[in-house]
Amino acid sequence: MTSITDNAAPVHRAGRDEVVAFAIMAAALIAVPFTGIYPYFVMQALCFALFACAFNLLIGYGGLLSFGHAMFLGTAGYVTAHALKVWAVAPEIGVLVGMAAACALSVVTGLVAIRRQGIYFAMITLALSQLLYFLYLQTPFTHGEDGIQGVPQGRMFGILNLADTTTLYYVVLGVFLLAFLLIFRIINSPFGEVLKSIRENEQRAISLGYKTDQYKLLAYILSGTLAGLAGSLKIFVAQNASLTDVHWSMSGEVVLMTLVGGLGTVFGPVVGAFVIIAMQQYLAQFGQWVTVIQGSIFVICVLTFRRGVIGEIGQYFKRSL
Amino acid sequence: MQALFAQLLVGLINGSFYALLSLGLAVIFGMLNIINFAHGALYMMGAFVAYFLLQYLGIGYWWALLLAPIAVGLFGVVLERTMLQWLTGLDHLYGLLLTFGMALIIQGVFQNYFGSSGLPYAIPDALRGGVNLGFMFLPVYRAWVVIFSVVVCLATWFLIERTRLGAYLRAATENPTLVRAFGINVPRMITLTYGFGVALAALAGVLSAPINQVRPLMGADLIIVVFAVVVIGGMGSIMGSVITGFALGIVEGLTKYFYPEASNTVVFVLMVLVLLVKPTGLTGRAT
Repeated sequence: MTSITDNAAPVHRAGRDEVVAFAIMAAALIAVPFTGIYPYFVMQALCFALFACAFNLLIGYGGLLSFGHAMFLGTAGYVTAHALKVWAVAPEIGVLVGMAAACALSVVTGLVAIRRQGIYFAMITLALSQLLYFLYLQTPFTHGEDGIQGVPQGRMFGILNLADTTTLYYVVLGVFLLAFLLIFRIINSPFGEVLKSIRENEQRAISLGYKTDQYKLLAYILSGTLAGLAGSLKIFVAQNASLTDVHWSMSGEVVLMTLVGGLGTVFGPVVGAFVIIAMQQYLAQFGQWVTVIQGSIFVICVLTFRRGVIGEIGQYFKRSL
Repeated sequence: MQALFAQLLVGLINGSFYALLSLGLAVIFGMLNIINFAHGALYMMGAFVAYFLLQYLGIGYWWALLLAPIAVGLFGVVLERTMLQWLTGLDHLYGLLLTFGMALIIQGVFQNYFGSSGLPYAIPDALRGGVNLGFMFLPVYRAWVVIFSVVVCLATWFLIERTRLGAYLRAATENPTLVRAFGINVPRMITLTYGFGVALAALAGVLSAPINQVRPLMGADLIIVVFAVVVIGGMGSIMGSVITGFALGIVEGLTKYFYPEASNTVVFVLMVLVLLVKPTGLTGRAT
């Protein structure tokens, strides 16, 4: 049986390549406000890139396909929006509260979902996120179909005025880059190595004495919490929280982003997120055909292009990116 | 009291759909090792084919009950031949992702042409009206749906567990290479199994058309509940998925009566409880 991440197995460990690629990515993103590119588009894409990276931490390195990751994005978003608007807390506190909510949710759902693997794990996470969708549809604090609108952006640490587009952009970028480095650090740590060994052969990891369930649960919690960070960050960009972020189609979208960019590659999810967000932006006029196009990309990726953009590039140059 | 029985009936009907859909999923999973995410979309296609037959060809409900599953089943055969068969030997998750993509395409196309609102499909004349049972009013069509799907489920169970063809099927699930050595065309059997599972979904779609209207997204939200049903029941046995399907429909109906706020979520809550007690599901074998 070929594992879902076999195609992403490192061809050649090349730490230097990754550092260079990171420097190029950071430089390009820092330059964005000086070009004519619409900053809100890039900010939105960055939030989704972070979301996809967090998702990839779980599937790419733990081999666990979560089909309900939208629940972390949406939960953190709702909690942050509520904290900012109703409790009027400072932005940094709002982000922390949102992440804490996503973390708590991932502990609870992780303890349930981790009991099964493979497609069952995918179906359980999907069902759990649908459960939350209905909860958020009915509880008063989320305002149902309306969502939480007009969320104030405030001043981060009392000095950074997030209502200013350029300041907001660099805050979002800074958080993204830090989180990206954190994920990079996690996958290259001893913990990440154990995680990869579980992905490759869980029985062997168990026989070596690792408590694999604990490793998988921790990976799930880290992934969920970081996905929550993406959800909180998104509130400052969009200034509203709505049911779209918890709906299961959002969970499908993050799978698509990761798949397009390359499952289990470091930079793949970022590229995938930019590709998909750009596509949605520019194809919006075609209405429902966007769904059809997304579905087609899914089918094409699974049938012919399983390594994704970055995976294929890495394979061509015999490097892991 | 009347309301309670009415909700029980609604629960039984939903249970019929859960049972038919999870039955098809179980059959497909057995042979192809794929969780067919497109199942909801194919259920919706079944309802749409029935609608087209009536609207454009004047073919009524009874023929639709036969023709729509055949048409959608053939469509399923094409899908299996052109796409799904290339996934043999790959991780199960690729099957999930591929069928998810197929579901998006099918639903997207139907949404483009028919919007998101529902199209009406009339109850056939012979099944109109209802019977007053004294304690409740029973619409004939609803009783028909429940009885018909019970019969279909039992027939499928009989086919797979009690006939020679079913024996081949089960043997091929266990050991395809060996069954092939006996001169049985296993790839064709896989294709036909997929077509059959899909036809079951389409049949459920035709049955639901007069009750739920014909909508492009009618299968999208249903399929997630069915997945929860599958997780609760486990994919261990055909009978297990049928019984779980009906049982959960009834539980959902009862919840709608006693605590309506939780009716959308009760199946998922049950799933969590079952997973905590018995992670393999009620009838599932350990994997």
